[in-house]
Amino acid sequence: MIKEEASLSLRTPVDERPVRIVSAQQSVVSQFKSIWETRELLRHLVFSEIKIKYKASKLGVVWSMFNPALTLAIYYLVFHIIVNNGVPQFVIFLSAGLLVWNFVINSVSTSTGIVVDRAGIVKKVAFPREILAFSTIGTSLVYFGIQLGVTALYMVIVHQAPIWSMLWILPISLLALCLICGAIGLFLSAVNVYMRDTRHFVDVFLMLWFWLTPIVYSYQHTVATKLHSHVLLGIHLNDIFFINPVTPIVMTFQKVLYAHAYVRATTPDHSILNMLPNWSEGSYVTMNLILVGVGAAALLVALKIFGRLEGNFAEEL
Amino acid sequence: MTAVIEVSEVNKRFRIHHERSKSLKERIIHPGQGSYSDVQALRDVNFSVGTQETVGIIGRNGSGKSTLLKCICGVLKPTSGQILIRGTLAGLLELGAGFQHELSGRDNVYLSGSMLGLSTKTIDRLFDSIVEFSELEKFIDTEVKFYSSGMYLRLAFSVAVNVDPDILVIDEILAVGDERFATKCIDRIGQFQKEGRTILLVSHSADMIRGLCHRAVVLDQGQVIADGPTGDSIRVFRERMLADAPKPIEEAASAGSATIEAVTTPSGRFNILSGQRLQLNVDLVAHHGFDGHFMMEMFSTEGKLVTRTDPMMNSVSFSPGPHRITVDLPEVPLTDGDYDINLGLVGPDGYEVLAWREQVAKLQVTYNGRGAGWMAMPIEVSVN
Ligand SMILES: Nc1ncnc2c1ncn2[C@@H]1O[C@H](COP(=O)(O)OP(=O)(O)OP(=O)(O)O)[C@@H](O)[C@H]1O
Ligand SMILES: [Mg+2]
Repeated sequence: MIKEEASLSLRTPVDERPVRIVSAQQSVVSQFKSIWETRELLRHLVFSEIKIKYKASKLGVVWSMFNPALTLAIYYLVFHIIVNNGVPQFVIFLSAGLLVWNFVINSVSTSTGIVVDRAGIVKKVAFPREILAFSTIGTSLVYFGIQLGVTALYMVIVHQAPIWSMLWILPISLLALCLICGAIGLFLSAVNVYMRDTRHFVDVFLMLWFWLTPIVYSYQHTVATKLHSHVLLGIHLNDIFFINPVTPIVMTFQKVLYAHAYVRATTPDHSILNMLPNWSEGSYVTMNLILVGVGAAALLVALKIFGRLEGNFAEEL
Repeated sequence: MTAVIEVSEVNKRFRIHHERSKSLKERIIHPGQGSYSDVQALRDVNFSVGTQETVGIIGRNGSGKSTLLKCICGVLKPTSGQILIRGTLAGLLELGAGFQHELSGRDNVYLSGSMLGLSTKTIDRLFDSIVEFSELEKFIDTEVKFYSSGMYLRLAFSVAVNVDPDILVIDEILAVGDERFATKCIDRIGQFQKEGRTILLVSHSADMIRGLCHRAVVLDQGQVIADGPTGDSIRVFRERMLADAPKPIEEAASAGSATIEAVTTPSGRFNILSGQRLQLNVDLVAHHGFDGHFMMEMFSTEGKLVTRTDPMMNSVSFSPGPHRITVDLPEVPLTDGDYDINLGLVGPDGYEVLAWREQVAKLQVTYNGRGAGWMAMPIEVSVN
């Protein structure tokens, strides 16, 4: 009896309990609220994702390095050894861009399928579905961290220092990347529920996108110098590259990690290559802050669209 | 009293597309909607549930019960109308909690706990009691895909009841557990009731609804057709089922073959002393000639089934026209209390209901002895 009474008094009075309303429309504010309330789920989803992926193998997460390492090796082989682009420390230049790009590819292509892949829970448990897409940002961040660590180790081994004074810009850049990929992933994950082949289109599109981002080539050396003289409707053609929000992020990473704007080529003529633009630190900061703003706005729009589409998830799956 | 669950004007329409292909490519090649039809799964549903209430939801297959619970849990969004929920809610929808099959039971406890909005610390604290309740200590680190459906249910139920929700929503899942676990679940539900939580329960077992719920809501084609004390709602439900029962072509009108008009006692009263004889006269009109069995049930006021007669034991046969069945219970060894009587006729095979009346009479039994329980069992003792 005593126990019963004790537990009775423990119940929160009805009037003081949190109120949740289920209806066709949902405001962005209430979306944020419920995402915030289930934030711990994000962590569990991220770790369970990694666990599932690598549980089957003994080497575990080490496998996550396999793919990026292979990609890096191939581009190095093709552009440095076969094409002989003559860029010294090309591995670091490549790594800077691939770090960012692998994040994009991991987060965007995984989020696209995530709601459909997790149909089992989406149909049975109520939780903010946005978290599913965000969890892929989390997993991609983990892989990003590992790759960054390996890159840093390589830089120590070859005695190549980053620009220490600009290192603090990288977190801002990474934040922008998370916001942008989060927005794209969120949007695509909802669309994919209604049109299941979206993910195939996304994979093709990502491939195209990769070549439009200065990762295996230098923006300054290849794009800026060659396209600057072409003007269309008053716009220098090279500026069009900046419609791609990943370009400035990649360039920030290249600036900080690769550091050298002008390098002497390893080719016999030892010509001077202009790898990076010589923008001031301030303009890198401004550029990244703008990107954070753009990312945040995109995320808001994506949340709004997702909120519209998620109402029918459980029945479409 | 403030309602804990308030369902107001809820409609849910499912759109079933006949031709639309779920591919972007097809959509681009053939724009336009394609043909579709709408299924109205819920129609202007209104009801509210207060604290300390246990409400059952009954209805035939496809009447919208699961849809309603999914809307309440927030898995589905209503097409129009809104549902207001006060407090935390744990739901057990059809066939489990949506565990991740590749993960161990342990990981799934954490995952589903955090889906309910619990912090890792809280789950750490609850973990042992969850595992203990599920009795799955040995399997907790096994991947859930290797669980049997009963084990899966155990874990799901344990998580749902141990996370301390204000509201518990259960959709027909208790049928999967073995008998002992089912009893354990029902005990736990009983404890929940005492603790003043709100419970919403879908079940096809009228006995379970009667035993657990104070109130029942009957859904039919997405509409609430009854909402009231459990016994009344079950009566409405049974009568509706009977009225709409499909009629076999050969023995047309076999369902509803007879109408029970009145149930009386020779004395005109329905109160007896424990151990006394009870006689019932059932007046009915047979619409055509048929054979079958007479059947009756007694329920205590708490809704517990006291007795149900064997549906194959008391055969009767009728010619068209009015009849009186005389039912004789030589001794009614019940203890003090009121008992609801349901009775009717079933077909020769004992399954098909031909006529049924719920709560046709309330029997008042007075017991003057000092024994306890449902029955004052007459026993004889001798010393040699
Ligand atoms: N995802 C869906 N898409 C289309 N129609 C659906 C969907 N889910 C349910 N329905 C329809 O909605 C109606 C109600 O279904 P619901 O599952 O709620 O019934 P129920 O009362 O739970 O039945 P049961 O007793 O069999 O569990 C049915 O006609 C069903 O066909
Ligand atoms: Mg159902």
